[in-house]
Amino acid sequence: MSQTEVKVEYWRWPEYRSTVPNVSWSNAKAITAGVDIGSVGSKAAVLVDGELYAFAAMRTGGVSEATAVKAINWALEGTGLEIGKLNYVVGTGYGRVNVPFAKRTITEIACHARGAHYIYGPTVRTVLDIGGQDCKAIRCDEKGKVLSFLMNDKCAAGTGRGLEVFADLIRVPVQDLDKVSLNVDQDPPPVSNTCVIFAKAESLALLRQGWSKEKVAAAYHTAMANRIVDLLSRVGVEKDFVITGGVAKNMGIVKRLEKILNIKPLEPKMDPILAGALGAGLFAKALYEKEQGLR
Amino acid sequence: MRAHYGYKDGSGDYFIIIDTDKCNGCGKCVKACPYHVLEMVPNEFDLEGNPMAAVGEEHRKKIKYSCAPCKPVAGERKLPCVLACEPKAIEHSW
Repeated sequence: MSQTEVKVEYWRWPEYRSTVPNVSWSNAKAITAGVDIGSVGSKAAVLVDGELYAFAAMRTGGVSEATAVKAINWALEGTGLEIGKLNYVVGTGYGRVNVPFAKRTITEIACHARGAHYIYGPTVRTVLDIGGQDCKAIRCDEKGKVLSFLMNDKCAAGTGRGLEVFADLIRVPVQDLDKVSLNVDQDPPPVSNTCVIFAKAESLALLRQGWSKEKVAAAYHTAMANRIVDLLSRVGVEKDFVITGGVAKNMGIVKRLEKILNIKPLEPKMDPILAGALGAGLFAKALYEKEQGLR
Repeated sequence: MRAHYGYKDGSGDYFIIIDTDKCNGCGKCVKACPYHVLEMVPNEFDLEGNPMAAVGEEHRKKIKYSCAPCKPVAGERKLPCVLACEPKAIEHSW
């Protein structure tokens, strides 16, 4: 490697936190939190009486416990709250057993359905969660209760991690991939969609053949969308259809899903990456109220 | 709720579908399965946590192979788990 070459981590998406304005916890009856430790990203959401108050999204580190503490502390930063003041915390996601301050864990499938119900409203019937290392198709009723679900966590094709790998290959920051992939007149035939490694190898071959970055990105995104639709077809798609998880922010995938399924997903009213953490926070509120009622 | 356990890969769809509304938590399928694929777990989807049948974590990514010995090579043959389930809550996709 020459000395002038700068190592850029194209896969590294920016971490962020935010506090929702005009929400105050000083008179709150229930301050709850949901912590969603995903395989790639960790999300923490703090809710005041069932309303989103503060949140943080960051990359999952090597130690899940430390990441969980870091995520919640970052979400609470500047709010005057601390972990001890939270009435109830629910852990969810791939690393849910590793949230040391959580009173209970709930499967991310239930949390995503509940969170999507909160973000998009009660008309949601199909939730597609595209996370870092898995993809979940969930059917739910008007209360956000899960009716049917399917999860693919056997392989990384059709997941966020696959996008990160691809971002590194074509040297485009992962959050800009969608714009690049949509910058084509017509979608080329997709690459292989059953394996990220094969898809990456095929993409590399196409680049060698002289395809533009945009065209290869379009082929890769189309392959991912096809893969996701394949999974979705087993549980079926019913309106309203929504997408959650980090990949919901990639319009290259969203637009192609829309084209294949011929259903327009609802526009998110807040960050769709938070759905799992939000759902967990809402379950925390229900559990806290139940606990209070029993006393 | 219809819980799909399993995966789809290049060779086909491999899902065991458990209808948790039908599952009464009796555990007969767990005893019937000769390869210990099924187990009873607390239902994480209702906050009460009633017992329900599920595919064990270690089998979820390889049920094509875990269930292979029970699958008929030719003709009809009922699977032990499906036969054992009185409320007919278990279904295989392949």
